[in-house]
This record gives sequence, structure tokens and C-alpha cells, in this order.
Amino acid sequence: MSDTVPVRDGADAALDYSFEEMMTVTAARALGNGTTCFVGIGLPSQAANLARLTHAPEVVLIYESGTVQTRPEVLPLSIGDGELCETALTTVSVPEMFRYWLQGGRIDVGFLGAAQVDRYANLNSTLIGDYRNPKVRLPGGGGAPEIGTHSREVFIMLKHSKRTFVRDVDFITTLGFGRDGQARAQLPPQTASHVGRGPTKVITDLCVLAPEAGSNELVVVSIHPGVSRDRIRDATGWEIRFSDRVEVTPAPDARSLEALRALKARTEAHHDSAQADFTASAKE
Amino acid sequence: MAEFLSLEEAISRYVEDGATVALEGFTHLIPYAAGHEIIRQGRRELTLMRMTPDILYDQMIGMGCARKLIFSWGGNPGVGSLHRMRDAVERGYPRPLELLEHSHAAMAHAYEAGAAGLPLAVMRGYIGSDLPQVNPDIRHIECPFTGEKLAAIPSNRPDVAIIHAQKADRAGNVLVEGIIGVQKEAVLAARVALVTVEERVDELDTHPNACVLPAWTIDAISVVPRGAWPSYAHGYYARDNGFYKSWDAIARDRDAFAAWMREHVIEPQSAERSTIGSPS
Repeated sequence: MSDTVPVRDGADAALDYSFEEMMTVTAARALGNGTTCFVGIGLPSQAANLARLTHAPEVVLIYESGTVQTRPEVLPLSIGDGELCETALTTVSVPEMFRYWLQGGRIDVGFLGAAQVDRYANLNSTLIGDYRNPKVRLPGGGGAPEIGTHSREVFIMLKHSKRTFVRDVDFITTLGFGRDGQARAQLPPQTASHVGRGPTKVITDLCVLAPEAGSNELVVVSIHPGVSRDRIRDATGWEIRFSDRVEVTPAPDARSLEALRALKARTEAHHDSAQADFTASAKE
Repeated sequence: MAEFLSLEEAISRYVEDGATVALEGFTHLIPYAAGHEIIRQGRRELTLMRMTPDILYDQMIGMGCARKLIFSWGGNPGVGSLHRMRDAVERGYPRPLELLEHSHAAMAHAYEAGAAGLPLAVMRGYIGSDLPQVNPDIRHIECPFTGEKLAAIPSNRPDVAIIHAQKADRAGNVLVEGIIGVQKEAVLAARVALVTVEERVDELDTHPNACVLPAWTIDAISVVPRGAWPSYAHGYYARDNGFYKSWDAIARDRDAFAAWMREHVIEPQSAERSTIGSPS
């Protein structure tokens, strides 16, 4: 909350919001009502649920734990919190989730985070360094490798920094557009007909990026209010380019901010009550 | 046919050094108590299989039980890394850990193929990913009908599958409810299946499509209330998200981890164990 954007013009001049809130609201707006979304945990989950609580009440949220069309009151800490199952239309097994619902082609948007993204929108959530001798071992791909190729399109959400936006990822966990930007274009036809468009939006706390037509290199298409181009350049690990028609991202509206803050407050209160139980018993 | 045994007896009888063991439960119903019993009995050289190694496998790896890990996502969900697993992979402490790494889709398919008695699973997967370059168990075959190139992976056929479930009836039939993950597939894919349950009841009192494992698919059942804590048992207790958050600091430090394990897993007498973390 410390990183507050000074916004002093327009209808929302009275609103103060953080860069993270700007990112979440922008990502939420990207999800259309009625979209079927396979939701990654963390930032994507927050944004997807904000969309559901504001402009997209009919958005269908699916989590890899098997929960279909879930409507959690509080954000899950894990991908399989009980809240997701209790508020779902139905809960299926994990093999069914990946076989029928993801591989079967039922997903419009795969919504992913990652440790790193590169200029061709490839995602790394496996490791930093060499595979057999890693500098930092990350959790791994989980559902992402297939979410990234089986969804009709992919939204990516992560905080913007030189550490997260690198020229080439050390390891492609999940395909964006490959090492040269052309991997999807070069797939054999039998495969290509089952593979989605790939990443169409990368939403950060500073801006929105999209793959440039043809090269598939990520370029900035929209800059959040109060953010300078130099700031984006400094936070990107390659020579970032800006679209010819770069826009200013609309600032968050009061309703979205209110819904997001209420959601986060409910979530914190919920998760802290579990901690109180443990603390009580640990003292016995 | 399922036999009701103490957890100590079930683990001692069925889990041997060097075995391939799958303790499954996708965030929900993770068989913590059974894993802790494996740690207490000092099992070594295990190949641990699990889609989402979380705190339980962090503990088993940190205590030196494992030689190899077959997995698809190894983190503390919503919190961050598994520090004991990282220490083993990055620095070989307390011993090196060999990794065989898949995606969730592949692991789910591989358990299903194991349950179906097939040698391999076929899926449309790993397209454009570097994972096939580091895992020799990810190969490709051509569809004989369409010519499409598909990913092939060997079935998961663990020596022992261990799951936690809500209840067993007197005959040893087991009901799993809520997020059911890959538990049914893991049990049917394994040579030996062990189950811990919250309670033993006269009747399962269920509906026709419920996830029920018949007694004759299971070798041993142990009644262990709160046996999935700090994960959860739908209908019994919630996930202890506070504990999952606090684990990060415990596991970051080798000595703090060893002290925690000593105090909460190794030393408590069996009567006290099931109450770890329970509100009272």
C-alpha cells in the first residue's frame, strides 16, 4: 500500500490506489462476463474473483483442484482450499479436470502468474540457473504447461522488475511464443488445430504488454497513470519497445477498489482465524 | 481385503526402505499422520511420488527419507518455496535428491493409466516446454489414426499408495469427499494401498455416484482423527492456512526445522500426536 500513485485529474481524482491495486483492477477488467477461465493461484485468482464480484458475475472460474464454476467468498491461499469446493457448482477429479475440461478445449482464458517472463512471453516457474545445478529451485510448472497451450488465449500477470522481465528465460516451463517468437506458427497442423493463440496480454503493476503482430515480441500497449516510460524501461530486462498507439490505462473506479479491498479484508480475517487455532494449541 | 491396523503397524508392515511411495491428496486430505509415521520409523531411500509435494514432503525430504522425487509442483501453496526441498536440490542437504519432473496434466494421466493397467499414458502436452529435455520419461508417439504427435509418459505404478479419507465403514469401504484429487487413481494404480480415516462408522450414508473405494481395493486402514492436519478434511476441519504461512520461517533454517520435527513429530507419544494443531 506504500506505493501510492498520485492521480490528480479525471473523475477518480479523489481516489488513491496502489500499483498492485491498479494491476489487479486492470487484469480483472480484461475478463469478460461469461468467459470460462482456468485460474492460477495468487494474483490471477485475486483478479478473476474481482471480475466476478464487479462487472462479470457470470464468469466461470475453474481451478486445477477440480472445482468448476466456483464462487469463493474469500480468496483461497492454496489452489484447493475448502472454500473453492464448497462454493463450486461441482467438483471433479484432477485427471478429469486436465483431460476433459482443459485438454478437451473448454477453456477460454488461462490466467497465469510466473516467476519470470521473457520478450516472447515464455514463462519460467521451474528454476534459475542450470537444471542439474540450479541457483534457485522454483516450485515447477504444475498445471501451467498445458494451461498455456490448451486455453484459447492466455493472460499473464506479474509484477514488473528486471528480475521478472528477462530477455530470455533460463527455462521454458510454459510456452509463450518460443525462443524466436515463431514456435506456435511452426507447429504441425494436427497439433496447431488444438493449440490456442497463446499469451494475448501481460498485465503488470506498471503497464499492459501484448505480443506485436508478426514478431510476437512483447511491446507496451498501455501505461498506467503516473508511470513514466523510463520507469518501464528500467524495470525490463530487454530493450522494451512501445506500441505506436500506446494508451493510458483507465484508473481504477471506486466500485472496483471497494470490492477489492473488501475481498482482501475478508480473506485476511479468514486466514488469520486459522492461525489463532494453531497458536492456541501450540501453547498448551 | 482391508484390515484395520494401528498406523504404526500398517507402515511397519507395508512401507519398506527403497520403495516407491505415493502419498496423495491434492491440497485436501494430505496424509500427514502417515507420512510422520514413516519419518518416525526411519525409512530411507524412498522414491516419493506426488503431484504437489507440499509441507509433508518438505518434512520427509528434510528428514532424509527420500532418494528421489517424482512430482509436478513442489511449493508451499500461496506462500512460496519448500525450503527443505530446495536445500536438498540446491545443496544436497541432508542428502542429494534426484528429481523426475512432470506437469500436473502428465502426473494425472500417469496415475489414471496406472489404475487402468496400461504401461503408458498418452496426452497432448508439453508443447514448447523445456521439460522433455530434462526428463527422459517424457517421450512422443504418433497417433496411428491422425498422425498427430502426442506426449507419452510411463504409468505411475507406486509400490504403496497412501491416502487420507473421511470415513470407513465396519467392512472397510472408504468414502472420499470434496476435492478428490487423484486419490482413487493412486489407490488403484498401486500394489499396496493404505488409508487413514477420520472415523469408522456403521454406514457410509452416501449417494450412488460418491467416490467410494471398496474394502477389497485396500490393504490396511488406520483410524487417525485429524490425520490430514495442517491440510484439511472436508466436513471435519478446515485447512490451517496460518500454519502453512508459519512453516516458511520454520523450514528456512535447518536447526529450526530439526527442532520443530523433534518436538512435534519424533518425540510426542502417540496419544498426543493426533492433537497437534487442534483447537481445544
